[in-house]
Parts: sequence; C-alpha cells; structure tokens
Amino acid sequence: MAATPKEPVQFRGAGPLNAPISGVLTWVDQRFPLMSLWRDHLSQYYAPKNFNFWYFFGSLAMLVLVIQIVTGIFLVMHYKPSAAEAFASVEYIMRDVPGGWFIRYMHSTGASAFFVVVYLHMFRGLMYGSYRQPRELIWIFGMLIYLCLMAEAFFGYLLPWGQMSFWGAQVIVNLFDALPVIGPDLSTWIRGDFVVSDATLNRFFAFHVIALPLVLLGLVAAHIMALHEVGSNNPDGVEIKKHKDEQGRPLDGIPFHPYYTVKDIVGVVVFLFLFFTVVFFMPEMGGYFLEYNNFIPADPLKTPPHIAPVWYFTPYYSILRAITEDFMLVLAIGVAAYVVLIWLTARDSRVKLVAAASGLVLVVLMKGGPLALDAKVWGVVMMGAATLIFFLMPWLDRSPVRSIRYKGPLFRSALTIFVITFIVLGYYGVQTVTPAGTVISQIGTLLYFAFFLLMPWYSAMDKTKPEPDRVTM
Amino acid sequence: MSEKDTDQGKRQFLVAATTVAGGVAAGAAAVPFVASMMPSERAKAAGAPVEVDVGALAPGERITVEWRGKPVWVVRRTKEMLDTIRSNDSNVSDPESKKPMQPAYAANEFRSIKDEYLVVVGICTHLGCSPVDKFAKQAEAFDPNWQGGFYCPCHGSLFDLAGRVYKNRPAPDNLIVPPHTYLSDTRILIGEDSKGA
Amino acid sequence: MADNMNKFKNLIAALLFAPALALGAGVDVKLDRAPIDETDQASLQRGARHFVNYCLNCHSANYMRFNRLQDIGLTNQQILDNLVFTGAKVGDLMRVAMDPAEAREWFGAPPPDLTVTARSRASSAGSGADWLYSYLRGFYRDAERPTGWNNTVYANVGMPHVLWELQGEQVLAERKVQGPGYEKTAMALKLDKPGTLSPVEYDRMVADLVNYMVFMGEPMRNDRKTIGMFVLLGLGLLFVLAYALKKEYWKDVH
Repeated sequence: MAATPKEPVQFRGAGPLNAPISGVLTWVDQRFPLMSLWRDHLSQYYAPKNFNFWYFFGSLAMLVLVIQIVTGIFLVMHYKPSAAEAFASVEYIMRDVPGGWFIRYMHSTGASAFFVVVYLHMFRGLMYGSYRQPRELIWIFGMLIYLCLMAEAFFGYLLPWGQMSFWGAQVIVNLFDALPVIGPDLSTWIRGDFVVSDATLNRFFAFHVIALPLVLLGLVAAHIMALHEVGSNNPDGVEIKKHKDEQGRPLDGIPFHPYYTVKDIVGVVVFLFLFFTVVFFMPEMGGYFLEYNNFIPADPLKTPPHIAPVWYFTPYYSILRAITEDFMLVLAIGVAAYVVLIWLTARDSRVKLVAAASGLVLVVLMKGGPLALDAKVWGVVMMGAATLIFFLMPWLDRSPVRSIRYKGPLFRSALTIFVITFIVLGYYGVQTVTPAGTVISQIGTLLYFAFFLLMPWYSAMDKTKPEPDRVTM
Repeated sequence: MSEKDTDQGKRQFLVAATTVAGGVAAGAAAVPFVASMMPSERAKAAGAPVEVDVGALAPGERITVEWRGKPVWVVRRTKEMLDTIRSNDSNVSDPESKKPMQPAYAANEFRSIKDEYLVVVGICTHLGCSPVDKFAKQAEAFDPNWQGGFYCPCHGSLFDLAGRVYKNRPAPDNLIVPPHTYLSDTRILIGEDSKGA
Repeated sequence: MADNMNKFKNLIAALLFAPALALGAGVDVKLDRAPIDETDQASLQRGARHFVNYCLNCHSANYMRFNRLQDIGLTNQQILDNLVFTGAKVGDLMRVAMDPAEAREWFGAPPPDLTVTARSRASSAGSGADWLYSYLRGFYRDAERPTGWNNTVYANVGMPHVLWELQGEQVLAERKVQGPGYEKTAMALKLDKPGTLSPVEYDRMVADLVNYMVFMGEPMRNDRKTIGMFVLLGLGLLFVLAYALKKEYWKDVH
C-alpha cells in the first residue's frame, strides 16, 4: 500500500506566533524562492519509501563535509603554514589552545570518516545501479567529488609537517616525474622548489583551505541538483515515477521531509556515536588515522624506515607498486586478449578497428623495446586509470536490470570479488614490499580492472530475475 | 491510516523533545569552538604576573613595568603628593573610587595598598593612549591650578596622583589599578592577588 | 536475497576492520610491556622529577609548559621550587640550553625533542611506552661504539647510557633458551656490575619516567576520556528520542 497522501507541508507556528512568522515568510518569499526551495528539495521532494541502511551515507557525507569545514576554519585560526612553525603550531593547538585538541582530533578523524562514508556511499551506488541512465551525471559529479576529496586529503596531509607528511608528499609529487618529457619540470613546478619545502607547504595550504573546498562545495551542489532533477534510485532499482496518483505524486514515494529527515537524524546520531568514540577514545586509531611517524617533525635528510600512505589511498598505492618490469608482459598480454575479445564480439567493424589500433599502440608502449615506457610510468598511469575508470560505470553495465537484487550470479560474484580485491589491495598497500605481497597485488590489479573492463560482457550474459513493477519494502 | 489517527500531540512532543536535546547537543559542541578563541596558554604565559622591586625607587619618581603588553606605572609618592590628593576631591569625578576600576583592596583614599606606592595601568580610560607625567604642582596650559598628576596628550584628559580622572574631561573613569600584591616590603607582584596564589 | 545482503554487510564489516588486521609492519624486536598507570599521580610526579633531572639537560620538551604539570597534581609553587632549575618562568616551555651545533658534534645528531616521543615511538610491536621502557632498560656495554654503549632496542644508538650509575652495567651474554621442543642459545642482557638501584627499583624508576613521558605526549588524555563518556551518554539519550520520533512518523508509511 502506498504512503498516505500528505497535505503540502506548511510551516506550523504555535498559536499567536504563527501570524508574525508567516508574515515574515511571505515577505521573504516575495523576494527569494524560499518556499519553493523548501518544497522542491524537502517537503515535496518524493523519495522512494524503501530506502535501506545503505541510503544513510549520502547525508552522512554531507555532515562530515560540514564538520571538516567548521573544524578547519577554527584550526586555520591557530595553524602556521610555514616549514619552521607548522609542526610546533599543531602541538600548540593540541596543548595551548583551549579545546584545540578536540577540534584537531575531530578534523583528523573526520578525514578518515569522510572516506569511510564515501566508500560505503559508492558501494551503494554500485549495488543498486544508481549510476545507470538517467543518473549518469549524478554518478559523474560524485566521482569528481571523490577525486577532489583525494586531492584535499593529500594536500591536507602535508600540513602537520611530520615525517609522514613530508615523505608522503615527496613520493606522490615524484610520481609526476615519471611522465615523459614534462615530468621533471612538472614535479618541480608543483613543489615550487627542488624538494618539498616551505614553498610547497604554503601552496598546499592554499589548495587545502580554499581552492579545493570551493570546488568541493560546487560539486556537492551539482550532485544534489542533478539528483533532485531525476529523483532518487532505490534498492529495487525501479522508477517510482512510473506510478503516480491523481495529483501526480509517486505512489511509492514519500516526502523527504519529514520522513527521511527524521530517519536521517537517527543515522546521524548513530554515526556521531561511532565518530566521537574514535575522537575521544582512539584518536590515532592504531596508527591508521594519525600515523605514529607523523609525531616526528619533517626531516628532509632522513626517510622513516617504513612509509605507507593513509589507509584510504592504499588500494591505489598497491596498484602503483604492483606494476613492475616483469609484470609489463602480463599487462601487454592482457591488452592483446582484450582486443581479441572486442574483435570477436563487436558488431561494428569501426569498433574493431579502433580497438585493434589502440591495443597495438598500448602494447608497443608497454613492451615495444625501445619505444616502451618504463614500468614506473605505467605504475602511475595504472594508478590514475584505477581511479578514473569508475567514471565509465554507466556505460559498462549492460544488464537489463539496475539493482543487485535482480542481477544474476555473474554480476553478484564480480562485485563481491571486486570488493574483496579492493580490501586486499588496501591491505597490501600498508605493508612493506614482499615478493608474495607483490604477486598478490598484481593479481589484485588484474581483477580490479577486469571487474570494469569485462562488465559489458558478463553483465549482458547474466541471468537476471524479473524486476517488480513497484518497490518492495 | 488516515490523518486523524495520528497522535499529533505525541508527534509535537517528540519533535519538541528532539529539537531541545539536539539544541543542547549543538550548544555543547559549540563550547570548545568558542573557547578556542580565548587567550591560549601561550598568551597567558606571556601575560603572566610580573615581579618588580621598588626598593631603589626614589620618592617622587616613577617606573614603568610591562604587564600583558601594557605599561604599568609604579609611582612612589611623597608626603606632599599625598596631601594634594587629599585636597583634590572636588576636582575629580569619582573621588571615592566607587566605580570598580580597582580591586577592593585599593578602593581607598589613595587607591593603593600602601599609601606610598601607586600602581596603575598607564592607559587612558578614554581611547587607550598612554598619559604623560606632570607631577609638578604648577600652572599648566591645560589647567592654571594644576595639582600634579597625569596628562593625556591625545584628548587632554587629566588624572591626579591617585589616577583619579578630572571632571569634564573626555575620559570617563579613573585609571585602572591592576591586581597586585606585596611579596615583601619592596617586591610587588603585578597581575596576581594574594588570594590568587 | 536476504542471505546475499548479509554477505555484503559482512564484506563491509571486513572493509571497516581491515586496518586492525593490517598491523605487523616494521620492528621485530620484542618489547617489554611498560607497567604504567596514567592515573597514578605519585608515579607521574616522580617521573616528572626524573625527566627534569636526567633528560632535560640535553633533550628539550619544546611544546610542553612547566605549568601543565598542574594536571598531575602539582602547584605552580611546587613546580618552580622542585622542577625548574634554569630560572624559567612557570608558564615557559621546557627548553634546553644546549647548542644544537655542539650537540651534533658530541652525539652525531642533536638530541631530539622528547615532547611527543611517547607517541611517535608506537608501532605494531607495542605502544610508545613499551618502546621507551624497553629502550631505557636495554643499554649494554659495547667497546666498539664511540660512547661505549649500545642498545638492544635501538641499535648503534648515539646516546650514552645516562642512567648507568643507577642501573649498573649490562652486557650481552649467551643464554640457553628453552622452547616447546627446542633449545637454542640467544643473546640476552646480563647485569655485569650492579648500580646504586636494585633491578626492581630501576625498573620502577624507568616506569615512572615513561609514565610521565606518556602524559607529556598527550596531557589532555585523561580529560578527553572523561569528556568522551559524557558525550557518548548524551548521544545515547539523543538516540532514544530520535528513534522514537522516527518510529512515530514512519507509522504513516506502509
């Protein structure tokens, strides 16, 4: 049975207060679309009534964004973006500023919490096909937010100016060295010096506190506008707009406010409970949220014995390290096999030719003797590709159904293997390099890309179940 | 279920209760953020009490000590100086130090713990300039009957040798007497009361 | 279907807790567990005295103010009388007079600042306290080192054994180690010449010092745990209300 149709929600005042409040609202509304914004995005934004656990993470991501911005503003009041003072100013915040430790731990925990929430939010999208037509742009804006967030985290990580800050930035900036021709100049340009230095710290500070937050806010606005334009997907992956009542309201939809606002408040409280458990009782989170070596001031002359990126980058870091000279042959064979697969299955002969030509170029660049680029370059390229390939999801999935609930065993196993691969890669990304670890990372790299690149075939072949007409609770 | 089956009273109560609890939580969360803008331990350490030895100060002379970045004057007043203060009540706007510009222990005739030593913050209570000494009892351009005291060059406020402000001058209040205490006969700790130790 | 959902939930749980499994990188020295109690103010006060007496001559604690020792139950006057020897004010940072250039000449590197060492020395092998506790008890005579000292935890350490008069002199000696089904010889520390403290007293003294260094690394640690309990309690209350509110509104949805 559908939700009870609701009267358009009005601002309800209590008795005598009602008149002046509605007077003010009318005055504002004649000059600013307050009521229509309220209606379009809250009181008459109809969301599917069958949202489950996984649908908390969008609003939670928004909450963490607010936490990061507010705590960030207060940290900037005391932090000194200079190589000589940065480390001391962080300890100053931790000790001398009243409440400073609380604000700093919220910010450092918030960084990791952001990625936890965003990874779960992305996983939800993968499960229920939230990237599928007509929601491609929502997915693309979301992926841009994710990239922006990674850049934000990377720039922010330099600011405490500890050993991990310094050497992490050093290693990542040096990745750009690998690019042909422009590489060395590019990395020097990024640093503004020949090593990571005061100049680097200052520009990373500028990016971290103003440039990227602005971009991030813009992208979040675009993400939500696109979502509210086409409407939310749901765990069944069926369109609620197909069945409407006489007033044009979706039968399976309920107004976001009050139903999902009260539900999200519960999610927020539970999230904050976990969040503050970390902030107050385990702010270092065993060295994963605050790395131990980062309590040593940056020393450009001494690399710590073991450096690993913060946990949320480690799957990509594993892919970077997996690309060795020996592995290039495997990659080249993989590319060749992929071209053969396209050749055998594509109907359009132009597709076959383009695939063959680009495959040939790739193989030559991988294993073509003097023309080949070194493995270091390919490591960087593969790491970049691993993040960018998510953008293609809307066009890779050829399944007739959206949601994992009605997809067949092939897609389900593929997604399961992908998640395991992502975790295993993440695990090996924090470990020191061992031969076994490298082989596992290499297998992981292949599986990671296979999930995406083979999806047009396995998703189309899969034995799906029929989608229901209406959502199920 | 129809609209009339819902218990509106229960809903309104729960909305109100959650709003209040959420508001209290938000208020509590705001406390550390607001607190973080107060002076830090570093600022407090820089503004820590300062000790001054006035043993070498000759009668009728003044020394300046820096406390929290502000000049604090210690004037060793002569008997004649104290006499002029006693006879100056009619010229000043708050002769009995009724306004709380000094700790209770200095709210007396000479605005000091010991009659001999005046300890005041050397900042005019008008707009924050630092007045200059005019200790001599002589005719001055700003006052032909000048009894001796301090003259603020910015806007012409006058203070007598107890730091009391003259009537009809821009400055509204007497000079501030900072918290201070005598560690011995001649050693003064400025910035801390005896009760604060 | 529900079954499948559960599988996915398990996966996510695994994703969240993967970091806990990821420990194991780095140090292979076995560290002794530091027997410290962060709420024991007497121990912290003794530790502060040891720190000022033995460490602060060469090592700074540049982010720590003397008056922060009020948190371990000392008054400003007690701090000034018993712990400040340099004429510093009670609100000053624990700086050190040693010239870094001279220090480099004597020890090869300037002695590092110790304010947050108890945090930076944590690793998968143990907490920072464990490392410090093992390190300060791990010095032994080694004629090949310029200082005459080496350390089981920190090989070829630059610092001489400052506490040797208290601990005495240890040497590395072969010792038979018996395990389940095997017997082997291993190198182990042996007290060669006793110091002024008995081994038990020395361990107690080091534990106090380490306890203090843990406090110094994060002086607000006890506060944050106390405040944390109230915050979680408050959130628990809020949860009850929010959940009841959600339940009430969702009666409408069928």
